[in-house]
Amino acid sequence: MDKTKILLAHGSGGRLTHDLITKHLVQSLSNPLLNKLDDAAVFESKGKTAFTTDSYVVNPIFFPGGNIGKLAVCGTVNDLSVMGAIPKYLSLAFIIEEGLDISALEEIIKSIAAAAKEAGVEIVTGDTKVVNTGKADKIFINTAGVGFIPEGLDISGANARPDDAVIVSGTMGDHGIAIMAQREGLNFKTAVESDCAPLNGLITDMLKVCPRIHVMRDPTRGGLATTLNEIAGQSQVGIELNEESIPVKPAVGGACEALGLDPLYVANEGKIIAIMPEKDAPAVLSAMKAHPYGKDSAIIGRVISPNPGRVSIRTPLGALRILDMQSGELLPRIC
Amino acid sequence: MNFIEEFRSSQSGRTLLEYINKRSTKPARFMEFCGGHTVAIFRYGIRQLLPPHIEMLSGPGCPVCVTSTADLDKVIALSRLPGVIICSFGDLLRVPSSRQSLLEVRAEGADVRIVYSTMDALEIARQNPLKKVIFVGIGFETTAPTIAASVIQARNQGLANYYVMSIHKITPPVMRAILDAGETRLSGIICPGHVSSITGSNAWEFIPEEYHLACAVSGFESLDILYCVKSLVDQVEDATPRLDVSYSRAVKPEGNTAALKIMDEVFDICPANWRGIGILPQSGLCLRPEFAAFDAEKNFEIKLSEPSRETPGCLCGEIIKGTRTPLECKLFSKVCTPENPVGPCMVSSEGTCAAYYHYGGKLG
Ligand code: SF4
Ligand code: SF4
Repeated sequence: MDKTKILLAHGSGGRLTHDLITKHLVQSLSNPLLNKLDDAAVFESKGKTAFTTDSYVVNPIFFPGGNIGKLAVCGTVNDLSVMGAIPKYLSLAFIIEEGLDISALEEIIKSIAAAAKEAGVEIVTGDTKVVNTGKADKIFINTAGVGFIPEGLDISGANARPDDAVIVSGTMGDHGIAIMAQREGLNFKTAVESDCAPLNGLITDMLKVCPRIHVMRDPTRGGLATTLNEIAGQSQVGIELNEESIPVKPAVGGACEALGLDPLYVANEGKIIAIMPEKDAPAVLSAMKAHPYGKDSAIIGRVISPNPGRVSIRTPLGALRILDMQSGELLPRIC
Repeated sequence: MNFIEEFRSSQSGRTLLEYINKRSTKPARFMEFCGGHTVAIFRYGIRQLLPPHIEMLSGPGCPVCVTSTADLDKVIALSRLPGVIICSFGDLLRVPSSRQSLLEVRAEGADVRIVYSTMDALEIARQNPLKKVIFVGIGFETTAPTIAASVIQARNQGLANYYVMSIHKITPPVMRAILDAGETRLSGIICPGHVSSITGSNAWEFIPEEYHLACAVSGFESLDILYCVKSLVDQVEDATPRLDVSYSRAVKPEGNTAALKIMDEVFDICPANWRGIGILPQSGLCLRPEFAAFDAEKNFEIKLSEPSRETPGCLCGEIIKGTRTPLECKLFSKVCTPENPVGPCMVSSEGTCAAYYHYGGKLG
């Protein structure tokens, strides 16, 4: 028996499963609710509660700036936080392909523990399944999360209003390019790291100076362009951006140029778009810049009433064009 | 990396635009050969900033768009063979053939995989010794060298289950064919950037010499393109066509000799079937007889159940030649969208129809 690999027996419910859970998971993620090892975590809640889930199937599972475990925690924490919720409890479910190195799993669990600690959330329930080789790609993770929304907040993609300011919390496209650069074959030299991070701290600071923020979203898959299109559609407003004020790291810009991609469509995992009344924007911006995850924040455009549902962008040459949703998968150009 | 920033500087861009708008008096039609340029021109909003008497047309410069239905039908037939894994670059999977796209045959159970490089395909061949891995080699001079390299690597490593279905095309012959057809009455051409970095700018010398047309090789940043348009305008106004290169940071007159050498080692020049244009002699690349063991066409029996047919109503053939624009296609944005493409020009990220669709939307 190979002790360094995940075996089907690790998911069978027998001794190996028990060992895996107690030795690897409970020890690293220890908290009173989880340690009970009951069938469900039982807790009390009052007031408005936010609940979300997401599955993570990223390839490669380790990338510069993080791994699938960190991503799974940050993604769910961020989905709760952008609704104004204070994330509290997470569930964690693994689907593991037989043959995964146990050391890789340990590394992933370590990152999960670190990210949960940073975000101040507890992982209170979970599940582990092992599937035959070829039935999954190394490891898939699902996380669900619960958070509590403080009194008085009303944040939604449908709340953008004409004359609101649009702010992003930093450079666009870092995560997507870090992942692509890591894929076999695209071995161009970039030092781009994923921006994967829990954003609840930053968001708390923002809401402290302005509880009136109308919209917050994390521009993950589909990037800034697609997320803003969703918001424009939900709120039935137009959004006009100024391309020159959108922060993009030179290395990301260069890689995008080489691959024939537009950084505005490339995924982020540690950035927020925030939309709020113009008069509140300066205060929010300086609160964001004061936080390590928001130091490159910038006002990139504003909400307008013409062209409801559409996003337009002023190019550096002064032309105005439509910034459409992404359709299909982002693929590097052929030549 | 300030490099890129410099080539996007809005100040210099606006200065160039001012110059072009002052200098240009004669009506002119410029064709950008390359789909990458089409996308960049839309993305920077260059069309709307040029004087109205300058018309920008898109050319045949996207390998996905110029792939003929007949070639695609062959690939689909290959994908149905037992024990075969088809590997290709992403966009090709979505192009409809006479009946189906590769994505559709994949949904029916065929083993069709997207790869990002030929090295991925070689790796798949190594990991699946009992299967036959066919790489669909699509592209221009830019991709051909890497595919040549994969064939040499397969030979050197004794990989006996790796094949290439070569539908590669080379670009100067199609440029000539378009100019010879004379359907578009061009005043100048923006020559492809990545292609020229392999072929060298010398490959385009025939444009001013034989056809007396303005021509310039361009990169993909806004300033690259504006500089080229400026050069074309100067050439037109002064009636002095020549070959200008605004992309000398990547393009040498003689090109990339190492890449050309490996291409030459593996490929022969042969006829190719161009969508909308038909079979052009000496415009494609096929494997040399020494590499017949890796040639999919020579090792598999490709049976087509029915003759190939173009999708009714699709104008891709005309769009590639620059004789029509997507707005003249009745299906454009109604029946044919990026989510539900009828022709390859709507599929490819560099296709003209896709560029019009994504960037051409009217504001206000
Ligand atoms: S970059 Fe190459 S593949 Fe892309 S459109 Fe230009 S010539 Fe074609
Ligand atoms: S709009 Fe669609 S159907 Fe019309 S030419 Fe373009 S790809 Fe073909």
